[in-house]
Amino acid sequence: MIVGEQKSLEEILGLLGDAKKVLVAGCGTCVTVCFAGGEKEVGILSSALRMKSELDGHPIAVDEVTVQRQCEWEYIDPLKERLAEYDVVLSLACGIGVQAMNERFPNIITLPGINTTSLSLPVEQGVWEERCQACGDCVLGITFGICPIARCSKQLMNGPCGGSQNGVCEVDPSIPCAWQLIWDRANMFGQMERLLEVQPPKNWGQSRDGGPRKIVREDLRLTERE
Amino acid sequence: MAEEQTNGFKSGSNLEKMLRSGNFTVTGELGPPQGADPKEIAHKAGFLKGVVEAVNITDNQTAIVRMSSIGSAVLTMAAGVEPTVQMTCRDRNRLAIQSDLLGAYAVGARNLLCLTGDHQCFGNHPTAKNVHDLDSIQLIRMVKNMRDEGIFECGDAIKGEVPRFLIGAAINPFADPFDYRPYRLAKKVAAGVDFVQTQLIYDMPRFREFMKRVVDMGLHEKVYILAGIGPIKSVGAARYMRDKVPGMIVQDVYVERMQASIANIPKEDKAGRRDAQQNEGIKMCIEQIQELREIEGVAGVHIMAIEWEEAVRPIVEGAGLLPRPQV
Repeated sequence: MIVGEQKSLEEILGLLGDAKKVLVAGCGTCVTVCFAGGEKEVGILSSALRMKSELDGHPIAVDEVTVQRQCEWEYIDPLKERLAEYDVVLSLACGIGVQAMNERFPNIITLPGINTTSLSLPVEQGVWEERCQACGDCVLGITFGICPIARCSKQLMNGPCGGSQNGVCEVDPSIPCAWQLIWDRANMFGQMERLLEVQPPKNWGQSRDGGPRKIVREDLRLTERE
Repeated sequence: MAEEQTNGFKSGSNLEKMLRSGNFTVTGELGPPQGADPKEIAHKAGFLKGVVEAVNITDNQTAIVRMSSIGSAVLTMAAGVEPTVQMTCRDRNRLAIQSDLLGAYAVGARNLLCLTGDHQCFGNHPTAKNVHDLDSIQLIRMVKNMRDEGIFECGDAIKGEVPRFLIGAAINPFADPFDYRPYRLAKKVAAGVDFVQTQLIYDMPRFREFMKRVVDMGLHEKVYILAGIGPIKSVGAARYMRDKVPGMIVQDVYVERMQASIANIPKEDKAGRRDAQQNEGIKMCIEQIQELREIEGVAGVHIMAIEWEEAVRPIVEGAGLLPRPQV
């Protein structure tokens, strides 16, 4: 899922500038599950903003709302009527939600309250580990189900670099070496020879490097376009 | 036709000729300055001239910005020393690498070392974006295809002169998974590498085991393997490498010998302690070379004495490898 972390109160206050009336908008999907921008976090942040701005002598009126999914028009459209009364919206959705709000409601600025960090797996309560980089050209079929693009610090496609030791990455001992994991699984299945083939350079054109990506499914569209 | 033009050599470099001659080969290393003064290269190259066949010119080693490897290589050649240009995948994509290789060849470089590159988090620009468009094995194959097929990575023909590099790579027998390491070398061989240099060896039993597997796989007949060694300058340096550097294994004996070298010298005699440690570091290197010469499949040594280039001559001389044979 998409995982984010709330920005610091100082940064958020800096972004809000001299706004007097703010709507803090949460999202009920990914950021709720990762405890960054759901209804509960909207409540806590809103209280913090009210108290801090009061203490600072420039009180901000803060209202709260959380929609089911900030990344879909149908869930944000009902907000339209009430937005006129605010100076600014502070969204606790991921970067997609923030942009959806700005796109749908161009007359009011929606600011980000969280940093969208990764596509991660909640490996245990309170711990999220990155698993996917959305590279557009999935290699999991040749790497025994472990992604070196997301999990190797150097995105290597042909085995571990010289910095892999005792199963961990040279960058940080809290990062398991992806290629150690891949090698271990190849061994488990007795298919080490599959890792001996030289993998050619990756087609990064299908990742962000090829420019912003877009999928158009004509079979699903309701309106015909030229 | 290419064979005739080059007398059968891939690059015609001094390093290639020495490796092919079967003589025990010696290479060195030179770290470019963190500034733009050309005299520093000439100064360091002076210590290595006539002592080694070729000198690796590092490419932003440990991710710290330094004078470029290719620029430094030009200055190294001017100082009468053959360079081996290092190229990491960390800082350049396939376009930049190929373009730099055309330039490096045009200015006279003939040896190339293909590296993944240390992660930028270790250097002085930890907030940089890394590239890793290619990995080191893909880089090796690209350089081989440029040389032997006359094509760029995309398949387009190179126009006119083709860059003909002797292709090198690094191998680390001390990294994990250990069982995979000989296979990683096999992959580099399959990709087209001509010679490899190892990580610094401070665990001779593990290196022997690695070489045994390499020889069993017949890899030593397909690639020249230069064993990496480096003189330890102080007890502190030995401890640091043992305890702090990822991808290194330093046996306690190296730390203990450095400690023993200063056991009887009073703390106030700083110069005496420094000299004693340096002499011991050089002595251990010489002993290592003697051991390495007896290991099947070792074609020579790669001496890494970065910021201590003066140490290389006494090491090579002490090992009885001077003067260098003319090939």
